[in-house]
Amino acid sequence: MAATESYPDDVKYHPEHDWARVEGGEATLGITWYAQDALGELVHFEPPEEGATVTKDQSYGEVESVKAVSDVIAPLSGDVVAVNRAVVDAPETVNEDPYGDGWLIRIRLTNPQEVGDLLNAGAYRELLAGL
Amino acid sequence: MQTLRRTPLYEEHLAAGARMVPFAGWEMPVQYEGVVAEHRAVRTDCGVFDVSHMGELEVEGPRAHELLQSLLSNDLDRIGDGEAQYTLLTNERGGIVDDLIVYRLDGFRFLLIVNASNTASDFEWLSEREIAGSDVRDISDGYALLAVQGPRTLARLELPTAAPFSFGEGEVDGVTCMINRTGYTGEVGVELLVEADDAPALWERVLERGAVPCGLGARDTLRLEVCFPLHGNDIGPETDPISAGLGWTCALEKDFTGADVIRRIRAEGPERRLVPFVMEERAVPRQGMAIVEGGEVTSGSHSPMLERGIGMGYVTSNLAQEGTSVTIDVRGRSRRARVVRKPIYRREDS
Repeated sequence: MAATESYPDDVKYHPEHDWARVEGGEATLGITWYAQDALGELVHFEPPEEGATVTKDQSYGEVESVKAVSDVIAPLSGDVVAVNRAVVDAPETVNEDPYGDGWLIRIRLTNPQEVGDLLNAGAYRELLAGL
Repeated sequence: MQTLRRTPLYEEHLAAGARMVPFAGWEMPVQYEGVVAEHRAVRTDCGVFDVSHMGELEVEGPRAHELLQSLLSNDLDRIGDGEAQYTLLTNERGGIVDDLIVYRLDGFRFLLIVNASNTASDFEWLSEREIAGSDVRDISDGYALLAVQGPRTLARLELPTAAPFSFGEGEVDGVTCMINRTGYTGEVGVELLVEADDAPALWERVLERGAVPCGLGARDTLRLEVCFPLHGNDIGPETDPISAGLGWTCALEKDFTGADVIRRIRAEGPERRLVPFVMEERAVPRQGMAIVEGGEVTSGSHSPMLERGIGMGYVTSNLAQEGTSVTIDVRGRSRRARVVRKPIYRREDS
């Protein structure tokens, strides 16, 4: 069952419709409700390797629905410390719970100041309203 | 920029929550609730698709039969009044101008239901070859077409069973339509040809009877699971019926456009063949991806029933054997797939 639209306050947003939940020197990354809704039910997540480096504003993986494939953009730079295998096995988890069980990867931040570039929920909602 | 055309059911689609996309010059619903749910509704129960973008050409006259027999690959004499046939419009090179269903209304009147993107070119093709005593008309604008498909279709619409590819005048809850026992999903079902003005009423009746509205997204995954080719993807003016596995639609004992070329290809054996395949690793194959050992994907998607990537593509004939392992180049990543027998999906009890 698809989640209802939400943009929680405990994560930061990237304009390419990705989110980051920063906890200490690490961040959990995923795609926003808007992104999963635009794609439709996800059928594939192509994750990066654990240990790989991701760079802010660049693609670190792909998500696919029946009809479309989309790059996933890193909101922050870091090293991949975990990949959500539950999403690899059941990609629709992202549709069901985009900010919870549907997280994609966790990274150890290599440039924590980048967090200041991200949007809060209010600013991201404003960006969506302008689309 | 060309304006997109809308079917008589445009408002109904918006009311049903459709996501509309451009397709073949039309603004069409790609999905309502979601492709996977709609796909499963058709495999397990009943779904309805607006396919009014498809074209209807009427060929009439004392020599209509003669004209069609010379232009279409299948043998028109195999069907009688009230029967339909899957057939190909071929060019001089043995290529496929379009694939279509021809309905024999009577001995002097035939209806061709053709692909949306080819309606104008098919009409032109036929008109240019008209002979005295045959008249070709494009009547597409006057009609809407609803495909109602799935194992519970006949029960839901309270229709009697009938032979596949038969058709007749009928009605659904008081709305008069032509009821065709045809479809593009591999399921039992009907395609209802209705006058454009009556289309919204028919759509409402069909929904009231429990059909799930389905978009072009599900239509594509359904047809791919049962290996029905899509013109423009899997077949086209540069591909011949033998390589495409459509030799059964070609009556090679009669004469029709390109028959000599098709006979030769059959005799010599095609260099490549259209084969279905299933991914053995996680990946979704897509049209245009290379088949590394020698070939190209022409249709690819995710199978909601198999829950894995599936596709069709042309491979060199030495790779066409069922069970052959092939590699799909998925945006630079090599992913294993296996050539399978048609159809890719078959219900366990059938």
